Amino acid sequence: MSGNVAETAEKNVTDKQAKPVLSIRQLQMRFGGLVAVDNITFDVIEKEIYAIIGPNGAGKTTVFNCISGFYKPTSGGIMFGGADIAGRASHEIARCGIVRTFQNIRLFRNMTVVENLLVAQHAQLKTGLLHGLLNTRAYRKSEREALERAAFWLDRVRLREVANREAGNLSYGQQRRLEIARCMITQPKLLMLDEPAAGLNPQETVELDQLIRDLRDTCNVSVLLIEHDMSLVMEISDRILVMEYGQPIAEGTPEQVRHDPNVIRAYLGGE
Amino acid sequence: MRDTTKTKILKDAFIAATVTAILTVPLIGMRLKVESTGLTLHKDFMWPVIAVLVVFVARLVLPFLLIPKVSIPAAWSRKAADHRKWWLGAFVVLALVWPFTPLGSSTMLTAMTMAMIYVLLALGLNIVVGYAGLLDLGHAAFYAIGAYTYALLNVHFGFGFWEALLFAGLSAALFGILLGFPVLRLRGDYLAIVTLGFGEIVRITLNNWDSLTHGPDGINNISKPTLLGYEITRRARTEDGTTLWQALGIDYNNIYQQLVLYFIAFLLVVIAAFLINRLVKMPIGRAWEALREDEIACRSLALNPTMIKLTAFSLGSMFAGFAGAFYAAFLGSVTPASFGFIESAIILSIVVLGGMGSQRGVVLAALVLTLLPEFARGFAEYRMLIFGAVMVLMMIWRPQGLWPASRRRVELPS
Amino acid sequence: MDTLFPLLLQQLINGLSLGAIYALIAIGYTMVYGIIGMINFAHGEIYMIGAYVGLITITAIGTAMGYPPWFLVVAALGIAIMVTCAYGWTVERFAYRSLRGSPRLVPLISAIGMSIFLQNYIVILQTSRDLSVPELITGHLFSIDVGGFEVSMSNSRALILLVTIALMAAVTLFIGHARMGRACRACSQDIRMAGLLGIDVNKVISFTFILGAFLAAVGGVLIGLSINKINPFIGFLAGIKAFTAAVLGGIGSVPGAMLGGALLGLVETFASAFLPTEYKDLVAFGLLIVILLIRPSGLLGRPEVEKV
Repeated sequence: MSGNVAETAEKNVTDKQAKPVLSIRQLQMRFGGLVAVDNITFDVIEKEIYAIIGPNGAGKTTVFNCISGFYKPTSGGIMFGGADIAGRASHEIARCGIVRTFQNIRLFRNMTVVENLLVAQHAQLKTGLLHGLLNTRAYRKSEREALERAAFWLDRVRLREVANREAGNLSYGQQRRLEIARCMITQPKLLMLDEPAAGLNPQETVELDQLIRDLRDTCNVSVLLIEHDMSLVMEISDRILVMEYGQPIAEGTPEQVRHDPNVIRAYLGGE
Repeated sequence: MRDTTKTKILKDAFIAATVTAILTVPLIGMRLKVESTGLTLHKDFMWPVIAVLVVFVARLVLPFLLIPKVSIPAAWSRKAADHRKWWLGAFVVLALVWPFTPLGSSTMLTAMTMAMIYVLLALGLNIVVGYAGLLDLGHAAFYAIGAYTYALLNVHFGFGFWEALLFAGLSAALFGILLGFPVLRLRGDYLAIVTLGFGEIVRITLNNWDSLTHGPDGINNISKPTLLGYEITRRARTEDGTTLWQALGIDYNNIYQQLVLYFIAFLLVVIAAFLINRLVKMPIGRAWEALREDEIACRSLALNPTMIKLTAFSLGSMFAGFAGAFYAAFLGSVTPASFGFIESAIILSIVVLGGMGSQRGVVLAALVLTLLPEFARGFAEYRMLIFGAVMVLMMIWRPQGLWPASRRRVELPS
Repeated sequence: MDTLFPLLLQQLINGLSLGAIYALIAIGYTMVYGIIGMINFAHGEIYMIGAYVGLITITAIGTAMGYPPWFLVVAALGIAIMVTCAYGWTVERFAYRSLRGSPRLVPLISAIGMSIFLQNYIVILQTSRDLSVPELITGHLFSIDVGGFEVSMSNSRALILLVTIALMAAVTLFIGHARMGRACRACSQDIRMAGLLGIDVNKVISFTFILGAFLAAVGGVLIGLSINKINPFIGFLAGIKAFTAAVLGGIGSVPGAMLGGALLGLVETFASAFLPTEYKDLVAFGLLIVILLIRPSGLLGRPEVEKV
């Protein structure tokens, strides 16, 4: 069964005739004797919104952690930007252009919204220690531009009014938006969202839906997302991978996946 | 009040009193002394009895007492922040002027110069512990490295203080990088004990590598710094050298030399404080704070935690190196005994008392902890005991320190 | 080559008895770390306090009073255990308990402060000088000629080994089978869950500290009787080395602490045969740094994976 999924995956890619941004091949993650994730193979192509769904404990976040470098996969290949990044350190992978959000939002709570966005630009700020210490013109320019970029993204996610508030004092929905803005300000090629709709009310979910599509269309970024909210997933995904007990059980467009008997069984259970 | 509660309180009080007795009777009530007749035991149970009674009574009374939390009113700290520049100016003026008042005696000058050295050390450790959140228990090692670097360069190669100062800082920073690179990714507790070990390794090496460091005897005859090229000793060291006193046309007086040394120390402190203040406002400062808050989030944003920690660690070591070089020049000699764990502990307690991450708190605490022993001579024997107690009590009652920093936030103009 | 074998044998005996002391102290570190996740920096001073109370007891009773030496030893152990356990309990209750939820740095600094406090507490009360402990345990268990070289085990070393092995066995049985022992294991696996299941977590933690103090006290008294000299600074060094032993064996693992102690004792003894005296202390520090870099989970520990 798993072999079929892998074949289908490759077929879908070649059908679309588009370049894959991210290619996962036979990804496996073991913790001691426990196999958390196995036989995972899929591609995410340019400007695609690709979702991974499945019951709780299916291993979705483990896949995320392997891709983003927080876990070192036991075996398998993760191709991104022409290189195999499997096993690389998380900050190196982020530098390559993959950013992610977390299930439990990880903001710098005691820093302001603006400061969160400034820290995110750390890797892009080129002036060195000496420039900073001497407060040179190049340094001041770099700081000014960083603030401008932060302001741009705050406008984009409609958080401008709370720019100077501590991140910990934002509402849940606002925090989610800030987390996404923080990711986008790094100019990523792949944006990984771990349950972005969790805890949002229907109105906020619709806005999130719009935001993700907007980002995909205007920023030349591919989106890989984990989600439980079926309406969101079916609505915005181009393709979906379904996992159960660490294995892939189906892959395809929302239409295909919705009618796949394995998926129905996994979610609704029993005969 | 119900009888069961009354008996419970009584029982608790008895237990507390018994434990107090067990704690105090053997060790406080019985004290070993070495006398001509051999090892003898002096018994004096006054303090244990007092302790037991106090604890018993306190335990009975405690449930009925409400102890107010001690805290500095928010209004005070806000006001202080507003008048920040004013405070700074006042402090600088005070520091420059007091030596010329009746306070400016020889002993006070020596004490204040040492205080300045501790301020410098504490400012450096504050970067490591306060900003980057790394517990360094071996900071004295870098203090030692700076001191010995200047000592060796001076005694063997004739380097002057100002020439060697940069080398001292750099060599300390280099050791900081060498140690930090493999070690900074360890968890907090492990890092603490490894830095402790490193401190001991440096001290033991300095104490035993006789050919290089003269072992426990140390290195002597280290030159004092010059001021604008003029020597500040009684007579010039070399034949063609001139002393400051000759240039100014005044007679040498020991106190003048002390004055110059104090001002040099103060200058070093001012420069360090300025540099560190800049660092905190720069991207690296933001990175330190972000790292302290959530390392995983930092990694996901392409921040390299090891590099960021290493920057803090090596900068902190560098300032310790500067302090060490000055210390060597100030005293004229260095021995390994001055750089043990006790030194590291003193510097850490200054940072903890003042407030981790608070420059002004650290300066205040350094002054308090180094000058108090001068004023309260009887206090000196209990110095380390009080430092230890201060560290525990500060963590329990006021972990943010006596004078925590209110960080200036980056604001987006509306 | 002939003299090498008896030399090695002698070092083996010396190393194991030194390692036994490290193991006794290391168990205290490892159990506390396993349950509340912090290094009890003050533990070394607890060991030192044990040594001092032992000496005070012996001096108080008096060696010239006609009591047999074994009585003095037992009395020293008994009183030292009682007093040291009281100190262990008090340290936890006042310096650590209220800081349990705080950010990592806070309890750590409190522990260091406590360590400094206790060390100077003894310095002030009992002088900072070396104090000699009467030789209550004399003689050798055996002294045999091996290829022309004398290999011997002193009675004090034998006692250390005997007592340590007995205590290790008792602790292992206790942790494996007794109710409190099970509670300890539960807490070290998942303390929040243990609490939710009705285990009195405070009691377990207090017990852990008391148990650690018990073993450290025994170690302190025995080392005093063996080396016949104590000073307020023995806790500092022994503490770091015992912690190294705990890490070597696998922090959080009691068998690991025993294994680590034995190994460290052996390594240090063998090293001291070849290196000048003070340098041998560096062996422990160096070993600690090496283990933490190469295999932080130690020999018997399981590698931890951080949850993201």
